[in-house]
Amino acid sequence: MLTVKNLRLGFTAGRQTLAAVDGISFAISKGETFALLGESGCGKSVTAQGIMRLLPAAGRVLTGSVQLDGEELLALPEADMRRIRGGRMAMIFQEPATSLNPVLTVGRQIGEVLERHRNLRGEAATERMLELLRQVGIADPERRLGEYPFQLSGGMKQRVMIAMALAGNPQLLIADEPTTALDVTIQAQILDLLARLQAERGMGMLLITHDLGVVARMAHRIGVMYAGELVEVASREEFFTRPRHPYTQALFAALPEVSRRGLKLTTIPGQVPSLSAMPAGCRFADRCAHVMPQCRTVSPDWREVGTGHVVRCHWTGEAADVETIGHAITELNIEPGRPFLEMNQLKVHFPIRRGLFQRTVGHVRAVDGVSMAISAGRTLALVGESGCGKTTVGKALLQLIKPTDGSVKLGGGELVGMTPKRLRAARRHMQMVFQDPFASLNPRMRVGEIIAEGMTVLTLKVDANAQREAVAALLKQVGLPDEAAGRYPHEFSGGQRQRIAIARALAVQPELLICDEPTSALDVSVQAQILNLLKSLQEELGVAYLFITHNFAVVEYLAHDVAVMYLGRIVEQGRAEEVLRSPKHPYTQALLSAVPVPRLEAHTSVIRLPGETPSPANPPQGCHFHPRCPQAMAVCRQNYPETSTVSPTHTVNCHLIG
Amino acid sequence: MMGFQIIVLWSDVLIWLLVAAGMGVGVLIAKNPPLLSAWRRVGASRVGMASAVVLIAFALIGLVDSLHYRSQLESKPGQPVVYSVEVLSLLDALVTPLRTRNEKTYSEPFATRLYAKETIDVPGKGTVRDYPRLKYGGIHLGEREDEVAADVAMTAFRAAVLAFLGWLAVAGVVAQIVARDGSGWQKIWRGETVFAWNALLIMLGLILLIAVPLFALSTQYHVFGTDKVGQDVLYQILKSVRTGLIIGLVTTLVMLPMAVLLGIVAGYFRGWVDDVIQYVYTVLSSIPGVLLIAAAVLMMQVVIDTHPQWFSTSAERADLRLLALCFILGITSWTGLCRLLRGETLKLRELEYIQAAQAFGVSNWRIIVRHILPNLMHIVIIALVMDFSGLVLAEAVLSYVGIGVDPSMTSFGTMINSARMELGREPVVWWSLAAAFTAMFILVLAANLFADAVRDAFDPRAA
Repeated sequence: MLTVKNLRLGFTAGRQTLAAVDGISFAISKGETFALLGESGCGKSVTAQGIMRLLPAAGRVLTGSVQLDGEELLALPEADMRRIRGGRMAMIFQEPATSLNPVLTVGRQIGEVLERHRNLRGEAATERMLELLRQVGIADPERRLGEYPFQLSGGMKQRVMIAMALAGNPQLLIADEPTTALDVTIQAQILDLLARLQAERGMGMLLITHDLGVVARMAHRIGVMYAGELVEVASREEFFTRPRHPYTQALFAALPEVSRRGLKLTTIPGQVPSLSAMPAGCRFADRCAHVMPQCRTVSPDWREVGTGHVVRCHWTGEAADVETIGHAITELNIEPGRPFLEMNQLKVHFPIRRGLFQRTVGHVRAVDGVSMAISAGRTLALVGESGCGKTTVGKALLQLIKPTDGSVKLGGGELVGMTPKRLRAARRHMQMVFQDPFASLNPRMRVGEIIAEGMTVLTLKVDANAQREAVAALLKQVGLPDEAAGRYPHEFSGGQRQRIAIARALAVQPELLICDEPTSALDVSVQAQILNLLKSLQEELGVAYLFITHNFAVVEYLAHDVAVMYLGRIVEQGRAEEVLRSPKHPYTQALLSAVPVPRLEAHTSVIRLPGETPSPANPPQGCHFHPRCPQAMAVCRQNYPETSTVSPTHTVNCHLIG
Repeated sequence: MMGFQIIVLWSDVLIWLLVAAGMGVGVLIAKNPPLLSAWRRVGASRVGMASAVVLIAFALIGLVDSLHYRSQLESKPGQPVVYSVEVLSLLDALVTPLRTRNEKTYSEPFATRLYAKETIDVPGKGTVRDYPRLKYGGIHLGEREDEVAADVAMTAFRAAVLAFLGWLAVAGVVAQIVARDGSGWQKIWRGETVFAWNALLIMLGLILLIAVPLFALSTQYHVFGTDKVGQDVLYQILKSVRTGLIIGLVTTLVMLPMAVLLGIVAGYFRGWVDDVIQYVYTVLSSIPGVLLIAAAVLMMQVVIDTHPQWFSTSAERADLRLLALCFILGITSWTGLCRLLRGETLKLRELEYIQAAQAFGVSNWRIIVRHILPNLMHIVIIALVMDFSGLVLAEAVLSYVGIGVDPSMTSFGTMINSARMELGREPVVWWSLAAAFTAMFILVLAANLFADAVRDAFDPRAA
């Protein structure tokens, strides 16, 4: 149905044009899902924009052809192209929060598509809209039609986006990272929805993603992109059983998994080459484990390695030898009975103020009675969906947000309510690594200054020379060159910036590092580097981690203990093996089963959670989870369950267990 | 040789302090590699360097005009030395012909006669109504008044040749500096030098080619005409430059600390501090600005008038009024920048690097100075230049209402104000307005372009 032949797309920069997509060809037939897989900056989204002819102002189509049912799209005049966009081809974007117009109602936005492509107005259009909203699983569609995007949750917005895309009855749906911004349980709902709609309508789908789990769940055929080129195309079965290109193999090897616990993750050294400095031969040559002399000079041609499985590589070997280099110390079996940091009934409530005199009318219970303990040298993973208050816990621990109630004890000393002066001294024991490496470094300061700031403030090393030596040692520790100290953050890539952020936190030699989703903004191969680094730092320095994340693969790989949070409270906690292998709480079970697994064999039984997390300003009566719980009982609606002990280290808050 | 007495006006002190501060900052920059490399990027910008040359030319005029003295009056030996009541500047001394050769009233550029007919006595013919001959304009031509065009062209051509030779000499020296083996010339024109020498040299050449012939002609003609009282318009333009620079720079100095401090404090601490600051600037900006300034200036005027003993010359009085005006403009114009900075600080304080600093227990003031202020600098620079042009214009408006600078002081504002009356005449007197407008336009445009170049160079994301 859709055939893309030798498509080259470029961006003009000054006088020269840099090719961002360099000669890719693929075809999608009816009812088929073709997944474009690759790390950021390899040209996936540009390809989609090129097919829709929605390239940004500097973008140019250099050569190639894009045919939809034999009709050449690149040659169409713009007026005809508008008929095709939204009509025969539709697109779903990554960020549901910004892809709907905030000042128009849902009905107006869907109606616009219906009017343009289906010529429907008035009654007929409303009928059709209700039908579409029902199809994408929105309850009470009559009410939703008149609502504005700010009244909808993230998952609901994405459903509305899908309804809009379907409104023109497209033959081809382009989904650009449709679930990346969503929580796992919502992601599972949306992926199910897309798969069902595709089967019903026989649409072709171009799925753009970086997530191997999503690929395993959705795709029929997969194309792996690297640096603007397709390097491997294979069917789903071939792809997951016999990946051939070294890059694909490296992507699989870089995934953190429970089976790789205690092993060093394989990383891909270096970075994707920049557009202006593309190597002449194979583009992956500089980072490849199997590089040969001819790779540097000759760009490899397509080579068939199986039915419908083609690969662009000179190397003809089979699967790579999986390096099994273990971390020096895999488990630090420190007695769990010696907690180094204890939280007891920690509460953070934000007042909701209304009216002329700003009276407090209620509270957002972001954190509502959390008790945890972290032992020296161990990793506690705090897991939960967005908005459950896990980041707030981290910040309240550091006293960046003043806790409303409860206590935080650090080595016996109470932190809550401490005088600012003594608090400053206590701060050197805990530090934080933030989620977004682009926002967590001051762009106007040099890396050396950034790292030295903590030392200066906490007067650990005041002498300039001693400070310089300490900075150099830290940079070495996190795997950055010495000369990095004199450069500015913008000269570094995301992974390198995260290393700088880690070095900054380590500068004051803390015993506890609070890592707030430190790898969620990074690519898989870079994530592997950071996880390896965190692991080896733990071995060397014996530092404890509070790892705040929603990524279960990372938890399985890294954590010793796990705490699962829902709506400001911990519902289940225990040792990693216990919680992940035999989850007791229905929420934990559902979360674990919703994680897309990058393997052929999917979960045997999949628990799908209906609905979304309620607002912490107005949590449900009784057990917070009961409106979404598949096993809810009468008692769940009445009162919040007590903590029940499964094993000495494993506790659950659920009526099913108690 | 007559003696003289050096007079230091308050505005002179401020201007030279600014120059000293600029040099001090320059030394600091030279010692700080990242700052130096940022300024090198400014140096690499063609537009930036071209506008910098123009700005330096204006600044030089303003600086020469900021060295004041009183000349000694002739007195009999043995009597105490007496100085003239007129305070002159070095610029006045340099362009004495322009200052002293006043006509009776309006005359067009390059005219040899006045702009209006008058009754004149012609020996032998009695009284006739005719355009009287100017006292100074084109006087060297004598009776050959129809040869003005040829004479002007000839003089301009000679001066232009001279200017070109001078420019060649400068360019040759630059070429030698760029590369000693003689390839410097090529490198400059192909734009291969790191520093934008080609833009700088072209702009310098343009300025020389315009300025040198202009001054060569101005000794014989009134190149921009004369105004109502017969004063040369070129002289007025030169004198206006200093007023404009003082209004633009000193006002900024008054406004900047207040806007930056209050804006950051409001955005960073929020709570009641924010409320108080917001109330203050909302109140200030809801009072009509002109009214507030008028009230303040009139009060100031009363104070000045009731204390004549404070001032020994009229120049000192005019100077104090100018400073008072700067101060008042500064007090009333900080609200815009303050609001802008408050909003940006609100955004910045939520960023993770600020939280990381808080996690280290960095004190609030240190966070403000090290993390917030540097990230606001680009806004400050842009706002400053926008305000610079705005303030020069505001001065014109205020002078029009009669509450601007002292009437004895020349400024673009007073020039435009008087030109406004002349535009109503028939035939129109256009040259005053055109000259003032062009000069102001060039000054403001150069300042805007230079600020753009600086902002681009200091934005680390663009570098």
